[in-house]
Amino acid sequence: MSPQLFERKHNVWSRLSLLLAVAGAAGFLGFMDILHRSPYVRYTKVRREQPVPFSHKHHSNLGIDCRYCHISVEKSAFASVPATQVCMNCHNLMWKEAPMLEPVRDSWESGESLEWTRVHDLPDFVYFNHSIHVNNGIGCATCHGRVDQMPLMYKEKPLFMLWCLQCHRDPAEFVRPADKIYDMAFDPKSLSREEREQLLEEYEIDTSNHRLTNCAICHR
Amino acid sequence: MKRSKSLLLLVGAGLLLSGGCKPLFDIRKAMYDQEKYEPLEATDFFGDRRSARPLIEGTVAQGQLKLDDHLYLGIEEVEPGEFTQAKSYPFEITADDLARGKERFEIYCSVCHGLSGNGNGMVVRRGYKWAPSFHSEKLRGMPPGYFFGVISNGYGDMQSYAHQVPVEDRWRITAYIQTLQRSQFATEQDLAAVEEAQAAAPADEETHASPEHADEHH
Repeated sequence: MSPQLFERKHNVWSRLSLLLAVAGAAGFLGFMDILHRSPYVRYTKVRREQPVPFSHKHHSNLGIDCRYCHISVEKSAFASVPATQVCMNCHNLMWKEAPMLEPVRDSWESGESLEWTRVHDLPDFVYFNHSIHVNNGIGCATCHGRVDQMPLMYKEKPLFMLWCLQCHRDPAEFVRPADKIYDMAFDPKSLSREEREQLLEEYEIDTSNHRLTNCAICHR
Repeated sequence: MKRSKSLLLLVGAGLLLSGGCKPLFDIRKAMYDQEKYEPLEATDFFGDRRSARPLIEGTVAQGQLKLDDHLYLGIEEVEPGEFTQAKSYPFEITADDLARGKERFEIYCSVCHGLSGNGNGMVVRRGYKWAPSFHSEKLRGMPPGYFFGVISNGYGDMQSYAHQVPVEDRWRITAYIQTLQRSQFATEQDLAAVEEAQAAAPADEETHASPEHADEHH
């Protein structure tokens, strides 16, 4: 008979180490999940460097509609970044000496593009379409936050899949009337649940049969 | 023998660290940022760094041959070879067109021309050069083709809005401008006529859409 290497007290250690291994693995996965959705990984609230420190707050508070610059938001997947000419519609005369606007004037004179940094950049395997959302009761502010209060643009919402699914599973919580889509201050919750369900019917948004949570709706 | 074994270990560790780990990381990245261009994404392939290429000069896409001078240029041929600004609309303006014109006017024009078209928009109040009022003697006498032309080509310091406003919407905006002009000089008789018409046919708003807007802008 071979000599006993382990004593009775080692049973505790053995069990404890098993427990620790399982708990550690679970903890690690949980931590990675939280990290994956954290503002640190999602770049929320981060003011990215831009060629011109453009203020959505300032321009929106002048009463300029979102669509004045984002001209294709109602009819295409891409809301579009305005051409330099759109800036020059006003800045050919206003603040025409401002050093801050030097890159805009350079772009206007040379014909070269201003290279803005995309703040809301979904993964390439997501086929998000702006037009289908703004034409069916989802306002700018629902996904972009209060852009009219952002002096420098940042991402307010994390834009991970579970976040999108909140609305795709229950759009009645987020839908708003057609004349409030571009109204940043409007809160869909100011309507009753019944009123919002009524809106779903008006927009003919059909949530039956997992239609809005079908993978192929966003991934193809 | 021993040396070759440790060399093998070293090579193996090196592969794991450089070649072994990198693809794992790149697979995720490659999915997020695939070998395709998102709209307006920058590229190193072309000298101007634009992935969105301009049309080669002289090319016409199918269905985009703009033969209709009235619709696309706002002009009419009065005599062979002689053109004037169109005095009519290239399509019938319905109440829906007017509503769309109002919406578009308030997005693209009101920033300078003001909601009622008197030239006191916010951008003007913030220091842009004055914008003319639509209610002057001169502008009230202008045909639709004139306003269409100004929106399309610009005028003075105002630049062309052709790329921001599609051609049909420019005509709808023109119709709304003429509605505003009409509204500022509406008389009591006009209101009576509207009330009469509304009492007769409450559902039929098409022909009497214009004087209704008079109230909204005072």
